[in-house]
Amino acid sequence: MIAWMQWTLPTAIFFATIAAILLVMTVFEVAKPCVERKGFLPIATTRGDRLFIGLLSSAYIHLLFLGLTEASLWIALAISVVWLGVLLRWG
Amino acid sequence: MRKVPNNRAWWLVLPVFILVAFSALIPLMTVVNYSVQDIFGPNAAYFVGTDWFREVLRNESLQASLGRQVVFSTAVLLIEIPLGIGIALLMPTGGKRASLCLILLAIPLLIPWNVVGTIWQIFGRGDIGLFGRFLNEIGINYNYTADPVDAWFTVLLMDVWHWTPLVALLCYSGLRAIPQAFYQAAEIDRASRWAVFRYIQLPRLKSVLVIAVLLRFMDSFMIYTEPFVLTGGGPGSSTTFLSQTLTTMAVGQFDIGRAAAFSLVYFLIVLLVSWLFFTAITYPDRDK
Repeated sequence: MIAWMQWTLPTAIFFATIAAILLVMTVFEVAKPCVERKGFLPIATTRGDRLFIGLLSSAYIHLLFLGLTEASLWIALAISVVWLGVLLRWG
Repeated sequence: MRKVPNNRAWWLVLPVFILVAFSALIPLMTVVNYSVQDIFGPNAAYFVGTDWFREVLRNESLQASLGRQVVFSTAVLLIEIPLGIGIALLMPTGGKRASLCLILLAIPLLIPWNVVGTIWQIFGRGDIGLFGRFLNEIGINYNYTADPVDAWFTVLLMDVWHWTPLVALLCYSGLRAIPQAFYQAAEIDRASRWAVFRYIQLPRLKSVLVIAVLLRFMDSFMIYTEPFVLTGGGPGSSTTFLSQTLTTMAVGQFDIGRAAAFSLVYFLIVLLVSWLFFTAITYPDRDK
């Protein structure tokens, strides 16, 4: 089952992080249910909406770095993490 | 009776979750794994990091293919959605004529994709095809195998013929769900035909239009069989859309790592556009 999936360490870390984020968000939601609110985004969002928007835009930030620059992806990752934090807090 | 709040019913979702895991999540994870490796065989995979993504994003033929795909999907939506609404508005509201219209509309939807391609391939031929021969007879120089404009026209016409009925049927069902009281109120107010459409029919059609737009966008964005059978992506590469490029890469050249990176970029585009459409159309109703 595992062999044909051709796992590598970086992709395993990637998926483990996503799974951990989802798990934390679920626990957080049960402990403190979120209320839809309006931040700097043009639409009112729930915590889950902001996470989705954050992850999707992070993917595009990485693609932009790959497609347009030769810069290290660690910079893209740092920008994405900061952006995700800003979005979840004030989005 | 007092309702006891509990979340045990979520266990009933478990079978679907397992099914989706096997049909979507595990394959998607596998594609992500493939996209960072150069794969020569089951036991010969080499980690290449993000090289494939860099290569795919900077490849000019892929960019051209993406451009064609965007133009095609935009054209499909701009033609099929208004046309579908128009057909639904013109259809009889009940009786035998309505049934006849529904059956006629459903016929293109029942035909398998490769057969649709074959039908139009023959239909458009200049020597024996009814459509191609007719155009040539009235003096229009039409040859979809040699002229890119003709090829595009034929592929678009084929898609409109094949899928506008879906939009029309969805809109028709939406229109039939509007209570008569709305029309009576409009009549009392002496509302014009346009006002009835703009303020009664269109708002009530919103939920079916969301489905129609999303289905037509996703379907047209991953179109493969029909243009493949009709034009084979030609002439040149003028009607080669994204999924055909992807298939050539993955199956034809067996370049699995590169194809995986490409399909992830493809997936992200579909995800973004679908989310934008969905939010734009459903958001105004969210507070109600």
